[in-house]
Amino acid sequence: MNRLHALLHHRRLPDALLALSFGLMAGTLYLIFMYVPTEESMGIVQRIFYFHVPIAWVASLAFFIVFVCSIGYLATRTQGWDRVAYCAGEIGVLFTTLVLITGSLWAKPAWGTWWEWEPRLTTSLVLWLIYLAYILVRSYAADSTQGARFAAVVGIVGFIDVPIVFLAIRWWRTLHPSPVVFEGGSLTGAMRLTLMISLASFTLLFAHLLLRRVQVRRLADEVELLSQEIEEREEL
Amino acid sequence: MSGFWGKATAIVVKDVLAELRRKDVAASMLVFALLLLVVFNFAFDITAENEDLLGAGVIWATFTFAGVLGFTRSFVLEKEKDCLSGLMLCPVDRASIYAGKMIASLAFMLLVEAIALPLFAVLFDLDVFQLGMLPVVLLATVGFAAVGTLFSAVAVNSRARDIMLPLLFLPVVVPVIIAAVKSTQHILAGDPWSELWSWLEIMAAFDAVFMVISSYMFEFVTEQ
Repeated sequence: MNRLHALLHHRRLPDALLALSFGLMAGTLYLIFMYVPTEESMGIVQRIFYFHVPIAWVASLAFFIVFVCSIGYLATRTQGWDRVAYCAGEIGVLFTTLVLITGSLWAKPAWGTWWEWEPRLTTSLVLWLIYLAYILVRSYAADSTQGARFAAVVGIVGFIDVPIVFLAIRWWRTLHPSPVVFEGGSLTGAMRLTLMISLASFTLLFAHLLLRRVQVRRLADEVELLSQEIEEREEL
Repeated sequence: MSGFWGKATAIVVKDVLAELRRKDVAASMLVFALLLLVVFNFAFDITAENEDLLGAGVIWATFTFAGVLGFTRSFVLEKEKDCLSGLMLCPVDRASIYAGKMIASLAFMLLVEAIALPLFAVLFDLDVFQLGMLPVVLLATVGFAAVGTLFSAVAVNSRARDIMLPLLFLPVVVPVIIAAVKSTQHILAGDPWSELWSWLEIMAAFDAVFMVISSYMFEFVTEQ
């Protein structure tokens, strides 16, 4: 446990992750654009799938981390939990934005429209709005501990809401069956390999971003403390 | 009064008494609801042909926005003269305070809905007086009040109090809005009860989940 802690706090870890995810990402790009065969019915546009799915996965992972760390913060009241929750929330919103954009880019040629009020899309949009509120509630709070508490509450309530939102939206649209991406057919070997590698490299990228962001926040908190100290000394 | 419900009832009685003297929350909600009706009438150009289709949406959009207004008022009034601190200093479990505030908000909203629904019926010639509307209105309003009470306690302590509540409240109650609109559409179209079941279930599940979670979370939101 101590070793893991030391590893996570190692100054060079984000750099190592960056190098690793950079290398893997280059390989992923090769796989997506050169290696994997073009999907028969949808053509070239289907390749965005290998970005879209890993990005969506990272967004869900980020929101799950927000949920866990929010519970951790309310239970322990240590700033570390809140810091991770905050940074994961930010990255989650960024990746959900990318999910919506890549989804729209794919939908235009595939469905003939940028947007379809389809369960997954609509749930992603609602999710995006909930976590935007998660970020805003913190910045509108009176002080940072209150902001951390409010945000933790929103992080927990929002996450629990997601399955109910998805269920409701799915039932809402049962009368208008939406195009199903891979109904019946499954991914071929090459496609599955590309997807898996892409998932791995995006997860690494996420780990890098999260650690780096947490480091920056920790430094910002330290600067805050130091400047408070200086102010107090000047007053004396 | 003792026990969880005794304390919660005391808070409901306090809120109802204050409301009877001031007639502030319910009155403003009702006038706001009426204004929304007028706006929606022009916005959607509601006529005899499309009123069955649009009616359910207009009803629930109105109730949702009126609800946002009501929840905000309920805690803003507590904030004036710092009544909220007094309430928090009471030797009362936070969950009882939540239950009391939630039931009081629920009562005001139900009252507003009970007055507004007949108005809808008259203005838009909608047949809303059906037995099916009763569980729909009740379950949806409980869901609104469960989430609205928690988030209005958050909003009232924030700097941008007026904008914070809708930002938090609206995305979270999406399932309730969907279920309420869909089941009201079925009722207005005269569909059998079996069509309503799944929607009533989803609202009941939402209500149960969020009443429990919110009463836990209320403690963290109202900490000083």
